[in-house]
Amino acid sequence: MSAIATTLPLAVSFDFLTAWGFWIGVLTFAAVYGIFTLGLQINVGYTGIINFGQAGFMAIGAYASVIFTVEVGLPMLLSLALAILVAVIAGLLIGLPSLRLRADYFAIATIAFSEIIRLTAQNARGLTGGNQGTIALELEQEEPVFFTDGWFEVSRSISDNILDPIGFTGTEFENLPLLLLAWILLVALVIVLNRLIRSPWGRVLRAIREDEDAARALGKNAFGYKLQSLSIAAALGALSGWLLALQLQTVNQDAFDPIFTFIGYAILVLGGLASFAGVMVGSVVLWTILEGMRFLDVGLGADKIAALRFILVGLILILLMAFRPQGALGKREEMVLGD
Amino acid sequence: MEAGSLAATGERGSGTARLRTAAGEHPALVVLGILIVISIALIFGEGLQPFGQTTVNGLVAGSYFALGAIGLTLVYGILKLVNFAHGDMLTFGAYIAFLFNVTIGMPIAIALLVAVATTAAVGVFLELAMWRPMRRRKAGMLQLLLMAIGLAFVLRNAIQFVAGTQPRRLDVDTTTSLSFLDLTIGRTQLILLIVAIVALLSVALMLRRTSLGRQMRALADNFDLAETTGIDTGRIVIVTWILAAGLAGLAGVLVVASTGSLTPNTGFQLLLAMFAAVILGGIGNAFGALAGGLVLGLSQEWSTLLFASQWKIAISFAVLIHVLVLRPQGIFGRARTL
Repeated sequence: MSAIATTLPLAVSFDFLTAWGFWIGVLTFAAVYGIFTLGLQINVGYTGIINFGQAGFMAIGAYASVIFTVEVGLPMLLSLALAILVAVIAGLLIGLPSLRLRADYFAIATIAFSEIIRLTAQNARGLTGGNQGTIALELEQEEPVFFTDGWFEVSRSISDNILDPIGFTGTEFENLPLLLLAWILLVALVIVLNRLIRSPWGRVLRAIREDEDAARALGKNAFGYKLQSLSIAAALGALSGWLLALQLQTVNQDAFDPIFTFIGYAILVLGGLASFAGVMVGSVVLWTILEGMRFLDVGLGADKIAALRFILVGLILILLMAFRPQGALGKREEMVLGD
Repeated sequence: MEAGSLAATGERGSGTARLRTAAGEHPALVVLGILIVISIALIFGEGLQPFGQTTVNGLVAGSYFALGAIGLTLVYGILKLVNFAHGDMLTFGAYIAFLFNVTIGMPIAIALLVAVATTAAVGVFLELAMWRPMRRRKAGMLQLLLMAIGLAFVLRNAIQFVAGTQPRRLDVDTTTSLSFLDLTIGRTQLILLIVAIVALLSVALMLRRTSLGRQMRALADNFDLAETTGIDTGRIVIVTWILAAGLAGLAGVLVVASTGSLTPNTGFQLLLAMFAAVILGGIGNAFGALAGGLVLGLSQEWSTLLFASQWKIAISFAVLIHVLVLRPQGIFGRARTL
């Protein structure tokens, strides 16, 4: 950026670390993908099913809530509820036939499902804006309706009534309300899911993870429980998609590439398997690294920096799986991927 | 046991059950039958020339999938490894060919050989550095899956880091085409189609007829038992990787020569279609990969007669899910084949 940076291409600037805008962005991403990864945690860490289609559920949540708000004209929360319902139905549709398959086939079937959703979003231009994405406005109406209108009203009132009086004013803190919303949701979900997993219902899930045949021999309907686990993941994926749409203020099919499912897996193994709280830690760590790398001023183009970020994600997956299969912060006795 | 229970329901007498039994015994004939019915419907509905041309295009697309799928099916069948990095091995091979063919300026044939050799070497290196140690530690499936995905990220983005994202092309003639009865096929595409068929048939014959092939099948069947009977499993696994990765390099170069476009995402974009071809044909079955690839290619291209062509990739993934659900062991699959 500065003259010094151009003459000294290897200078690394750490100024961003003290910028509020940077941290608000990182922590919002961390919460959004934290909620996204809670779904993977309940599938992979607690039920033992390998869901590679989480980005597809996120896409459904994002697009459906935009379409219900803008095209149908429903209020924000009703659109969100319906979008979650659509994602759960999609989860049932893909789960009913394919959860009976072997684990590796299920993984392939779900990644194919998520690609079908993404390609549909890319091609159904009338509904989704295709490759350009949708900026969520209805052009035919006299007063354009933005998808984000409902939220911005709430956001402004939070800023005016709560944040401004305690000193968080100005454009730098414009997105603070969304950060708060995302983190309140994430923490609440972690508490609820922790209760759920310690309930009799959760014990059955873990029994299926340990030994499906034994659980079945005890009269548990393993298939039904797996389907419920996948539906919860779908709902969490859709919720995270709604938040992502609010954060990016535009919905584009690029954001739902299978790469993002695997970023979820990197968060999962960083935070440790079979730990919902670990997901929060993993997500903050990963997004700080990923977004922080954007600011590395080492004389490389944006292409190369982007490539480095994903090389790092790949290395995290390889090294943790090779040397710490329970995840960086995971407990070995609870969950080992070795078997 | 399965056959017995099917026969029992057949005896109980309903016609559909008998039909289902027959279909279960000759799945390849059923698929052929379905293809013929669809062909006839398309010929009458859309006309002979469009049908013929999409069939030619479908065979070409199918040969991309099939050629890429052989290595995938070998590794999947023998090592039980769902190699998500296989697509990026294709990309790697193609970029090596680009380096020698365009950057250095050597003839394409030499670039092709170097690409195949280099990709095979990378395959062997990864076996020794990653997969063998993990097998020794009895790594679980999810562990290996996530490592393969991590490897795919590293390979693809290392390529992007070095070569950038701008589309590249090899120095080959992609415009010359042959016409026959109103149908056209690019010359490079025809070469690719022939190479794919020859390569797949030779791998299939090698697996059935040679001692090496028999040993590979023994490993696929039961790795530990094969080791106990005195097969040098380490050597066979290395040979498997040389074949799988070398063929991935070959596939990468030929696909890029034929489509005329190479980016760091080229291989990954083919990966799901290759998985579909592998599963459609039955895991570990080289004939199956050929048939699966061609069926997939045909269904993609035929679908363009009925839907806008941008939908064809989504349609092929829908075919994949249907096959997984209806017949997870594939067209030719018994429970397990190689």
